[in-house]
Amino acid sequence: MLTRVGPPLAVLLLSGPILAGLAGTILPAFGYLPALGGTAFSLAPLRELAAAPGIAHSALLSLFAGLAAATLSLIVVMLFVAAWAGTPLFSRIQHVISPLLSVPHAAAAFGLAFLIAPSGFLARLVSPELTGWTRPPDWLIVNDPMGLSMIAGLVVKEVPFLLLVTLAALPQVPLARTRMLVASLGYGRVAGFLFCVWPPIYRQIRLPVFAVIAFASSVVAVAIILGPSAPPTLAARLVEWMNDPDLSMRFLASAGALLQLAVSALAILLWIVIEHIGAAFRDRLAAAGRRCVRDRLVRTVALVAMLASAATVFAGLATLAIWSVAGLWQFPDALPRGFSLRNWTTALPRILAPLATTVIAGLVSTLIAFAITLLCLLREDETGRIGRGSALLIYLPLLVPQVAFLFGLQLLFLLSGAVAGLPALILAHLVFVMPYVFLSLSDPWRAYDRRYEAIAAGLGKSRLKTFLAVRLPMLTRPLLTAMAVGFAVSVGLYLPTVLIGAGRLTTITTEAVTLASGGNRRVIGVYAFLQMVLPMMGFVVATLVPALLFRRFRAMRV
Amino acid sequence: MTLTALAADPNPKDWDAVLAEAKGETVYWNAWGGSENINAYIEWAGEELKQRYGVALVHVKLDDTANAVAKVVAEKAAGKDEGGSVDLIWINGENFASMKEQGLLFSPGWAEVLPDWQYVDIENKPTIRTDFTIPVEGLESPWGMAKLVFFYDQARTDPDTLPTNARSLLDWSKANPGRFSYPQPPDFIGSSFLKQILSELVEDRSVLLAPVIDATFDKTVAPLFAYLDELHPLMWRSGRAYPQNYPAMKQMLADGEMDIIFAFNPSEASSAIANGELPDTVRSFTFPEGTLSNTHFVAIPYNAASKAGALVAANFLISPEAQARKQDPKVWGDPTVLAMDKLDAADRARFEALDLGVATLRPNELGPAIDEPHPTWLERLEGEWKRRYGVGN
Repeated sequence: MLTRVGPPLAVLLLSGPILAGLAGTILPAFGYLPALGGTAFSLAPLRELAAAPGIAHSALLSLFAGLAAATLSLIVVMLFVAAWAGTPLFSRIQHVISPLLSVPHAAAAFGLAFLIAPSGFLARLVSPELTGWTRPPDWLIVNDPMGLSMIAGLVVKEVPFLLLVTLAALPQVPLARTRMLVASLGYGRVAGFLFCVWPPIYRQIRLPVFAVIAFASSVVAVAIILGPSAPPTLAARLVEWMNDPDLSMRFLASAGALLQLAVSALAILLWIVIEHIGAAFRDRLAAAGRRCVRDRLVRTVALVAMLASAATVFAGLATLAIWSVAGLWQFPDALPRGFSLRNWTTALPRILAPLATTVIAGLVSTLIAFAITLLCLLREDETGRIGRGSALLIYLPLLVPQVAFLFGLQLLFLLSGAVAGLPALILAHLVFVMPYVFLSLSDPWRAYDRRYEAIAAGLGKSRLKTFLAVRLPMLTRPLLTAMAVGFAVSVGLYLPTVLIGAGRLTTITTEAVTLASGGNRRVIGVYAFLQMVLPMMGFVVATLVPALLFRRFRAMRV
Repeated sequence: MTLTALAADPNPKDWDAVLAEAKGETVYWNAWGGSENINAYIEWAGEELKQRYGVALVHVKLDDTANAVAKVVAEKAAGKDEGGSVDLIWINGENFASMKEQGLLFSPGWAEVLPDWQYVDIENKPTIRTDFTIPVEGLESPWGMAKLVFFYDQARTDPDTLPTNARSLLDWSKANPGRFSYPQPPDFIGSSFLKQILSELVEDRSVLLAPVIDATFDKTVAPLFAYLDELHPLMWRSGRAYPQNYPAMKQMLADGEMDIIFAFNPSEASSAIANGELPDTVRSFTFPEGTLSNTHFVAIPYNAASKAGALVAANFLISPEAQARKQDPKVWGDPTVLAMDKLDAADRARFEALDLGVATLRPNELGPAIDEPHPTWLERLEGEWKRRYGVGN
């Protein structure tokens, strides 16, 4: 009975704020915002957008970044899993990489910037001895016009995410048996996996991949830190317009938000075309009877790429950590001339209140999202229908760039007088947390083999008992993973927290980004480090608990 | 909004009533939070306000002041004309002009009836009553003074070779390619650099003090863009990328990526040396013919929930004690808005006791002040800059 309220509740909680937020974006995009004197509909904002210098360039950058980041991350994950899944090395590496998911994008981006810049850590390591540099070379590495370093910053963050959702889907396919079968037919490890195991897995991780594309094509923080500046990506410019003191820019910003919407949608459409091309290519290879036995090189490359992306994030974070305790640190010194805890001692007393807000908002929004998701999925099982309409609504926040509906969302909270309260903040976080929890959980849930329940029923167990004793334990890993993802998303949220918290409720992330605008590497180091620790704890739990629970269940191991 | 005060608003002329009403109020102060030493100073002010007046101060840290303006706009859009979420904003220039124009400020003028207004140096600091050419009319209360100052490292750069104006900065860049840059507009400091160069190169500087005239805009700014066309290829990264903001330039000076950087606070370098961000060989210089100078203020939105508390906070911020502490480079180093000759001996001694630091120019060494152009110029300049350089080439 209870499950009946799941879908309507999800629809209400998600569609309300988003539709209102979108209305608050779409209306000004067509010139309607009475508070700023826009009382009539017009196409002026859209015309103004079309006339904005370099707007096409910015939009193409966003499109390219979204597709390139998704393609590269997926190829790395796909080949790595194809080559190494089921080996002892694989499980060791996944434990190393999973925690990286919890590193906030901004922290990872700063770490990468500090690492690869001409004055960065790598250059310092080899200067002046190997390079002869006493001053950093005048090279444009970070903020390059093509956005390559930005794409790199996105890839190192999306690889762990895609690996994690792939891992969550992996137990649903008969990996070991398939491996044996294709090997006995003479196929190489990678080719056999791609022909036989990958298709059902990809079907399960397709929505997360879409989410990656939508995110990468509309991300703000990473674009500001690593992305090009002349012109910046569309989303970065959008935030610039949103924050412009000339308030009439709001109309243009809203029109830009519509364009961002179109760009992200186009990126996903193009991706679907790429999917078809990829599938056709695979089918041709398979039909041609290619066995691709000599795949040692591919396997090595996949391993190196995976390790390199992880090593990059770790090294970047290590650099951040050094900066957080650095005194004077000039190029080309590989290490600071002096260390001081000053940065930490000034920051720590101020961090307790934001820390509490972060944890409370993160836990509560994750738990609510988790409960609603479970109810929806159970209802789905009962009716045997996947609610197409409600599913679309749940994914809306992942397809609509954040900036596009936040102004409208803020208006909504103001009208209800709920601004700047913890419940409002949790509700706002829920809008963004819920889709990720649902995404992480729904595919493994749907792929669960229902025959276990038939057996349990045959043994005379009640539905509730079957659910608690069979289904939940078997799904422990995806359940905990979904919660960890939700918590990490909540911790990393910036714009919704700033707008709905009205700046009164601050979290570690809003504090970090605010301080980051001051460009002080030492303070960034302190906050990014703290930002990292919180969600990482969530993933430690999500990794350790199943490992402990199932240490005697061979078939439950990944 | 009408200009008549709402009946419920506190009357700053009746200060005892304001103090009584302020007791127990919480003031949400929206201020840029990108600098640790400024944040620490605001924290100190909060502790003092709590102890002395029972006013709780919460620093809402912004990365851009426009966000606070946007919040007030959103509230007005929602018809929330009282009990707003912003009580006090650290503001000047464009944001002030924009809020004043839209009637988003607590009015009528209150700043000039604050008890400590008597110490404010209105005679020698004209920017206190005219913010970017816009008459202040008591709608914001002064907090500190800003002046564009350049910094260099004398361990690497001979002081005799330093530029003395915009023209010689270009020559210096030819001799030292890749060693100068400015934050990309619309960054506050980057945009200020544009205004500095324009003010130096424009034929008739008085034109900048009036609103932009469309018909003559292109002709007026032509010397600036001709200058930038020449400068950009000589800049850091050949002008294909820009520093994020002025604090980022401090690290570039430390690393030897740049040889000349600038900021709006004369004590910036001394502060950075004290924090281990810059070596102690860094020194300051300005242009003898003048650099931009302005005042930064605090303002109260029309719908603030704790107006009395905000008034008490604004008054405390211009008290001699708070101003002297702010001017100490070990704390912040931000120059005062007060007149030394209006203070009593004890308060004057507070200022005279300050060690301004090895890299800080004395007030009489800062050179003449150039007035900020009318706010409409900045908007047009930023637009034109973006059209020319902000979109790739």
